[in-house]
Amino acid sequence: MKRLLVITLGGLICGHAVAAKPVVIGSKKFTESYVLGEIASRAIRRAGLETEIRAGMGGTIIVWEALRSGAISCYADYTGTIAEEILKQPNLKSEDEIRAELAKFGIGMTAELGFNNTYALVLRRDVAERMHLRSINDLKNHPELRFGLTHEFLDRKDGWRPLAERYGIGTTNVRGIDHGLGYDGLKRGEIDLKDAYSTDAKIAENELVTLVDDQRFFPQYKAVFLYRLDAPAAAIDALQQLSGTLNEERMTKLNAEAERTKNYAHAADIYFHNENSTSTAAESFSSRLTRWTLRHLQLAGISLLLAILVGVPLGIVASRGGFAGSAILAFASTVQTIPSLAILALLIPLPFFGISVRTAIAALFLYGLLPIVRNTATGLQSIAPSIRESAIALGLNGRARLFQIELPIASRTILAGIKTSAVINIGTATLAALIGAGGLGEPIISGLNLNDHRTILEGAIPAAILALLVQWFFDGLDRVLIPRGLRL
Amino acid sequence: MLIGPSGCGKSTLLRLIIRILSPDSGRVLFDGMEVTATNVAALRHRTGYVIQDGGLFPHLTARENVLLLPRHLGRTPAEMELRIGELCALTRFPEAAMNRYPAELSGGQRQRVSLMRALVLAPELLLLDEPLGALDPLVRIALQRDLKEIFTRLQQTTILVTHDLAEAAYLADEIVLMKEGRVVQKGTLSDLRDHPAEPFVTEFIEAQRSLTFA
Repeated sequence: MKRLLVITLGGLICGHAVAAKPVVIGSKKFTESYVLGEIASRAIRRAGLETEIRAGMGGTIIVWEALRSGAISCYADYTGTIAEEILKQPNLKSEDEIRAELAKFGIGMTAELGFNNTYALVLRRDVAERMHLRSINDLKNHPELRFGLTHEFLDRKDGWRPLAERYGIGTTNVRGIDHGLGYDGLKRGEIDLKDAYSTDAKIAENELVTLVDDQRFFPQYKAVFLYRLDAPAAAIDALQQLSGTLNEERMTKLNAEAERTKNYAHAADIYFHNENSTSTAAESFSSRLTRWTLRHLQLAGISLLLAILVGVPLGIVASRGGFAGSAILAFASTVQTIPSLAILALLIPLPFFGISVRTAIAALFLYGLLPIVRNTATGLQSIAPSIRESAIALGLNGRARLFQIELPIASRTILAGIKTSAVINIGTATLAALIGAGGLGEPIISGLNLNDHRTILEGAIPAAILALLVQWFFDGLDRVLIPRGLRL
Repeated sequence: MLIGPSGCGKSTLLRLIIRILSPDSGRVLFDGMEVTATNVAALRHRTGYVIQDGGLFPHLTARENVLLLPRHLGRTPAEMELRIGELCALTRFPEAAMNRYPAELSGGQRQRVSLMRALVLAPELLLLDEPLGALDPLVRIALQRDLKEIFTRLQQTTILVTHDLAEAAYLADEIVLMKEGRVVQKGTLSDLRDHPAEPFVTEFIEAQRSLTFA
């Protein structure tokens, strides 16, 4: 126990020392967050500090935990989200109240950047004009309107149900639809209204208009930067200076620019009045691809190795049945049913893990375990009783029986399990990008957000090729590792 | 020679001797010494065991199967090669085929290899559990003949389990008839036929005869 504590403390101290070098900036996986991350990075670099970006992390909880644990030093969020989702105190109204609560966690908050990115109801300009719809109040008189709302908006406390109640909208013409697909639905006239973020570039792009929230139902989602109070003073200063420099119109324009050019860094350059930026495309595709692929192989490889080292012995124990055996198999199966994002979220608060490559490897390791454990157990259990008996009758001890007879005979099944794990790991490793651990998931996630198929494919095709190569590699390994007598 | 109907406990008795099963009650004596969990490993090295389907290890060649135990016990290669030569001659197995895997051998050949593996350390006791049970009649007769010759040459204690009375009569010095886990009668075939200890003995012999000539 004491040793564990020492290691944990060691990890914390090291982690801290590393974080003190470049200022690490996080972002969530939607356009505006990516752009604000790039803007923060440039601002801090202008102040003479090194920066590093962990872009597209999977959701508020993950970025917040990363900030708290020191894995990142700052990221952009919204006052409404901070009060409701992070602090869980929706009645915190003023910025100072929020700031005081955050200080208890060692976190600071800048003054607002100057825009409010709240929810909004949007519809096509021509429809709005034809039906004289200007504000949410006007909806009361049009029960025939069809709503296509995101699932999150349907569930949120500041979402559809309370909104309809407040405004007295009695329609039942409502269905849940994906955010991106909803825009297509509007365009084709399959739905009339949907929810959106007020600074969403797609509003202007698709010639949509926002209905006025006459009763001020939607909470304020004013953009701010959150930062660690122990971050370098120059970095905090640089973030503070960004306050009040971005109004809604400007942010919407930057979002649009980022989506048009598929390049967040370029949008950030525009913010700094450098319309013809060249610095952004510095890294060539091949160098990016190499970086992603190497990291991907590192994640999948290390986790697979660990899964083999742990999974085979566990499989041997499981093959002997009994309580321990069923407990091991039950554990491995249960792990497999937990959604991957949930595993990441569960691991992140633990000491030693946090937002790091270690967490991604640990999650992949857990996923890789089941096929190896199960196949090892099955392979050993399916050895003919006569062979088992012959080995005992020869007078071989348990160790010799295991290593010279049972494991070699079960080798085909065990290798099949390892192969399954390897292919699963290559696929699942794309999730590492959600916690900023890199790999081929990086372009996939950013492409999903941009709805840009090219970017998605930049990650998806290499990942698929990698999975095939791994499959072939293991097929070749079968020939080397499975004894010839078993392949006849 | 242990004989008796299926399920009478013949194979179980063999398994008890080398403690693949441990007895619920009673003791097994080997050369006057009780077989226990601690001395069984050494006793197993002094015993050879062959089962119906041979129990050869499929991932090892015939040679590796035979030499697994001597190798494990650190015998020298020269010593082992010599032994292989002797055993191939004894069991009439072509030495060239020793590098084949079990899957590449016929059923009869597999049983010969299995016998070699059992004999490699020159055990004091040979246990054969229906060694010919899975073979077709012609191969079976050839192997019966060879077994008889081997038994005569080796002159060692052998316990063979079979349910075939003709085989027992041909190979055995003494037949032990079992039923439902107990010994019914011991003796030669004529002892059993002429002086049955109980009606079951005659019944068993008659059943076998009708089976043979049906």
